[in-house]
This record gives sequence, structure tokens and C-alpha cells, in this order.
Amino acid sequence: MTVHTNRVSATENRLISARGWLLPGLLVCLVALALALLWSITLGAAEITPQVVYEALLHYDAENYDHLIIQTVRLPRVLAGAVVGAALAVAGAIMQGLTRNPLADAGLLGINGGAAFAVVAGVTLLGALPLWGYAVLAFGGAGVASVIVYGIGSMGRGGATPLKLTLAGVIVTAFISSFTTALLLMNEETLEQVRFWTVGALAGREMALFLQTAPFMLVGLAGGLIMSRQITTISLGEDVAKGLGQDTRWIRLVLALLVMLLAGGAVALAGPIGFIGLVVPHLVRLLVGMDYRWIIPYSAVGGALLVTVGDVIARVIIRPQELPVGIVMALVGAPFFIYLARWKVKR
Amino acid sequence: MANPPVENPRAVWQTIRPRALPISFRLGRRVIPVALILLALASLVLILSVSYGEYPIPPLDVLRTILGLTTDNARNYDLVVWTFRLPRIVLAFLVGAALGVSGALMQGVTRNPLADPGLLGVSAGASLAALSVLLYFDDVALSLLPFAAFSGALLAALLIYVLAWRQGGSATIRLILIGIALEAVLAALLNLLIIFADIREVQQAFVWLSGSVNGRNWEHMQTLGLWLLILLPISFLASRQLNVLNLGDESARGLGQRVEGARLLLTLSVALAAAAVAVSGTIGFVGLIVPHITRRLVGPAHEGLLPASALFGGMLLMLADLIGRWVIAPAELPVGLVTAIIGAPYFLYLLYRQRHG
Repeated sequence: MTVHTNRVSATENRLISARGWLLPGLLVCLVALALALLWSITLGAAEITPQVVYEALLHYDAENYDHLIIQTVRLPRVLAGAVVGAALAVAGAIMQGLTRNPLADAGLLGINGGAAFAVVAGVTLLGALPLWGYAVLAFGGAGVASVIVYGIGSMGRGGATPLKLTLAGVIVTAFISSFTTALLLMNEETLEQVRFWTVGALAGREMALFLQTAPFMLVGLAGGLIMSRQITTISLGEDVAKGLGQDTRWIRLVLALLVMLLAGGAVALAGPIGFIGLVVPHLVRLLVGMDYRWIIPYSAVGGALLVTVGDVIARVIIRPQELPVGIVMALVGAPFFIYLARWKVKR
Repeated sequence: MANPPVENPRAVWQTIRPRALPISFRLGRRVIPVALILLALASLVLILSVSYGEYPIPPLDVLRTILGLTTDNARNYDLVVWTFRLPRIVLAFLVGAALGVSGALMQGVTRNPLADPGLLGVSAGASLAALSVLLYFDDVALSLLPFAAFSGALLAALLIYVLAWRQGGSATIRLILIGIALEAVLAALLNLLIIFADIREVQQAFVWLSGSVNGRNWEHMQTLGLWLLILLPISFLASRQLNVLNLGDESARGLGQRVEGARLLLTLSVALAAAAVAVSGTIGFVGLIVPHITRRLVGPAHEGLLPASALFGGMLLMLADLIGRWVIAPAELPVGLVTAIIGAPYFLYLLYRQRHG
């Protein structure tokens, strides 16, 4: 792949140097994320102080009950939330750049629905799976669904407009999820086993599942960071990107694969959670502008922060019960979508 | 280019003036034959549907039982037909009719060919209200459910209208996008309801949400039937207003119509959809695809379109219910899933054709 962006990046660099606060800002966000994670670990039925959390992480003592809780219950959940949030936010940012569609989101464009269907179908047809099997199924489903939605959404004149893509996404999701529901209704065992795949949730995720799905998302995140310059160029339009000498077909393919890794991995770990990929990149863009070299890392941290805080809220407001984080995200995200649809989408 | 031949209006339209009633209206000449064919098809589907099941009954015997001509009571045909099968099947017809007319009204009033009570969050509002009443109040009279559903649906519709309303610009796109978002909010709230409900009721709620006529009895049918008895005639009487509205706001004003007033016809559409949701849960895509197909059969004038939509919608839903019972027998798929599986591809085809037509 040959990419010539030297001249562009010189201009970009000048623009960026005018915004010297961006790197310190990112560090501040990271610190905030670390604090939120710590806060989230201390919350729960058992009272655990930050001091104990610190000890459990660094000097793990298998005899200590609190340490056990932290390592087997709280830590996997918190880590899952952070990585899922980062993955979905970055997937959303990449899709918004790639399709130049401000309403792009893994949930809205049918990708989550496709991944969830693949997992449910796999469990129904093949029985119990090794943990990485969930991830592989989810990637397949995410990939097929995104190709279908994009194919349908970009038919005809005008290419893939936000409205066409969103409508295609909603309809394909309705179509796929009725098959998911049918499978679940036909087989009550599966319903018990995979019920959370109908609503995104973080509760009860085991460390093993986290360890087997997180690498895919981390690869996706790293890929997003590496490709961020190309995303910026492609977000300026196909013509501009070609004019700047980019081989847009390859870049599109790589970016689509990254979205699959990110969204598919997130669904395999937490089920379909919508609107993170919609909300986070938009807020980030208000803060850092249009350069994806900053949008991607800020989105990753912002997405992790949003899901972590959302999960804390979901556990605190109705203690001792809790809400699935997918519901909290929909309640926060859908009004934001309305705001975008009302004021930001021209056609 | 040659002018298209001017058709003789008498060849296309017929005027109907019943002596006894103070009304007169014009019908396309194709309306009555099409309606008769639809009625015949609907009866055929009804008989097949009643005859199909774990205890098969020959279609002729079904006919005899329905007409009350059976002499042989040993085989319990009366019980199976009248108590178990007919209520759900007739209910499916009524629900389909309500949704078909609701969709036709909504597409007519909004002049948006993609409008559908399911897509615009109206059904979700209705099911949220109905389900919360079902889950949190014990022993609610069935006849009250449609009222709950109607208030929820109306609230959702108003919310969408207010949020999408802005001076200038094309409102249809905003309407659909905002409907999608509102639908997401309502779906999240529905999930909330289900999470906190009694676990024994959850499975039931799950089926109800996918839209089903399973296990419905004559009481459900009467509840919906009463609403239809009032709403359908009003809808049919509003046909002329809808036709005028379809010419565009300016032409309609020019013809002396109070356009904003005529938009209130949307309430009828909402009420029809809500009454259907109250007895059968959310059944998507029927309101969307039925008017499109009937428009091809009888043309765009609402005098013919609305009754044809009722007949075709009813037949379609009976057929979908039959498919749902047959495809994974002895288990059954909720009819709402069948309509989604049939309807979603058709919707995408509509989307495709709109762009190329």
C-alpha cells in the first residue's frame, strides 16, 4: 500500500501545534478514566476501599475474600466495560469518517444485530462453544451485516446518504433480530444462556471471556490509531483522498475490517450496546476538531469513560438491583441522536 | 411526443349514491371486483387456517361447522373450531385490517410512502403503555387496554411531531429519523419494565412484544371489534379529505381545506394501531406494505384504498399467522416475527424502487 500524505501532514502539523493542549488533555482524560475505573471497582454489595483494591491488584492474596471478589467479579466487569466502550466509540468514529455519515454507529447500522444473531445461531446449532468461538461468530455476523447494510444503503443515486444508511440499518436490524428472537423462542435453554445478547450488559462477564475477546479489540484500536491519518483524508471525501494519491479501495477495506474487529469483539463480550459510537465521536469532535489522529485516541478514552460511568450509574440508581448498561446507553444516546437528526442532518 | 389518450372518466370511475343515506362517493371501477376477489381469498385463507393444526379438520367440515350444519358432534369439531381456532384467526384478520388502514391513513396524511405505525414509534408507545398496565396492575379489564395503548401511542406521536416540526426543510426525513430514535428510547424503557417484572410474566411479555395472536379468545376479538366498528367508518368517510390532502398543502388550501385540521386524521391512524397493539402486541411492517400493494390494485383514491387495505391487511395477517403456526410445528412463531421476515425485504425493495423510479 503506497500512501503519499507528506505534504498534507505538514499543514496538519502546523494546525496541531497551535493546539498544544491536546496531549495534556488526553492525559487528563486517562487519569479521569483510571479514577472512574477505581471508583467502579469499589462499588458493590461488599464495601471495598480503594486501598484494598490497590492491594488486590498488586499483592493478590487468594485467602482474602475481598481480593477474591475484586479479581473474579469486579475487575473483569470493569475492564470489559472500558474495552467495550473504547472499541464501540472508535468503531463509530471510523464509520463516521469512512461513510461521511454523522449518524453512523455500530448499533444503528445493523452490525451489532448481525453479530448478536450469529452468536445466538451458533449457540443454538452447535451447542456450547469455546469462548473464542463467540468472538469468531460475532466477527462473521458483524461483517456480513455491515456489507448488506452498506450495499443496500448505497444503492441508487446519491450514494450512501445518512438517511438511506440509517433506514437500511434499522430495517436489516429488524429483519435479523426477528430471526434472533425466533431462535430464542424456539429454544428455552438458549434463551437462558444467551439472553443478554438481546440487551447489552456487563454483569457476570468472566475474566476468561474478557481475555479471549479483548485482544481482537485491542488490535482494532491499534489499527485505528495507525490508520488515523488515512481516515482524516478519506473523511474529506473520495475525490480529495484520490487527489492526494491515496489508494482508497485498500484503505476502505482495512477500515471495514477494523470496524468488524471492534464491533464484533464488543458484541461477543457484552452483547449489542448502541449509541456509544454515535455520541462519543461527536462530543470528541467538538473538543479536538476534525483530525482523526486526535479523534481516535480521545474517542477510545471517552468511550471507555462513558461506559464505565454509565455502568456505575446503572448499578447505583436502583441498588441493590441493577440496569443493563445497554439500556442506560440507549436512554442517554437516543436523545442525542434526535438532536443530531434535528439540527445536523441536512438531507 | 404524442399526448396520452384521454380516458373517459366513466370508464374509470363509477358514482355511488345510496338512496337511504345522505352520502355519495366515487369508486374506481376496479375497486368492487378487487374487493370481491380479496374477500374470496380471505375466506379461503380463513378456512385453510382453521382446518390446519395438530388436530386437522377437512376444509369442508370447517365450512359446515362455521355455517352450523354439522350433525356429527362426536368429533368435537364445534369445540375446536369455535373455541380454539376461530377466535385467534378472526382476531388476526381484524388486527391486520386495523394495521392496514392505519398505515394507509398515516401514509396519506404525512404524504410519506415510508410511514408506518411501527417505524414511527407509535406501536412502541402503545406497547409500552399497554405492557406497563398489564404488568403493574392486577386484573385489568381487557377492554381498558386499548385506552392505555391509545394514550401511549398518542403521546409518542405527539412527541415525534413536536420534535420533527421545524419551519422549512423536508420534514419527512426528520420524521423518520426521530421516529427511529424515539423507538430506541421506548424499547429501552420496555426492556426496563421487563427486567423488573415478575419472572413468570417475562416469557409471556416476550411473546407479546413480538406480536402474537396465540391463545386469544372472543373477548379479545370483541374488544378490538368495537374499536374498529367506530374507527373504520370514520376513516372511510374521511377519504375525500385525504384525497385533497394528497395534492399537496398548497393545492389543498386552494381547494378550501383546513390543512392543519385535516392532519388531525392522524389521530385515527394512531388509534387504529393502538387498538391492534392492545390485543396482539407489536406487529410491524403490515401498515407499511399493505397500502403499497393495494395502491397498485385499486389506485391512490382513498375511497377504494382504505377498504381494500382493510381486506388485504386482514388476509395477509391471517396468512402470516398460518405460516407462523406451520413453519416450526408443533411450536409456533409469533405472527409479528413472520411479518417482519416478510416485510423487511419488501420495505428494502420499496426503498430501492423509490430511488430508481
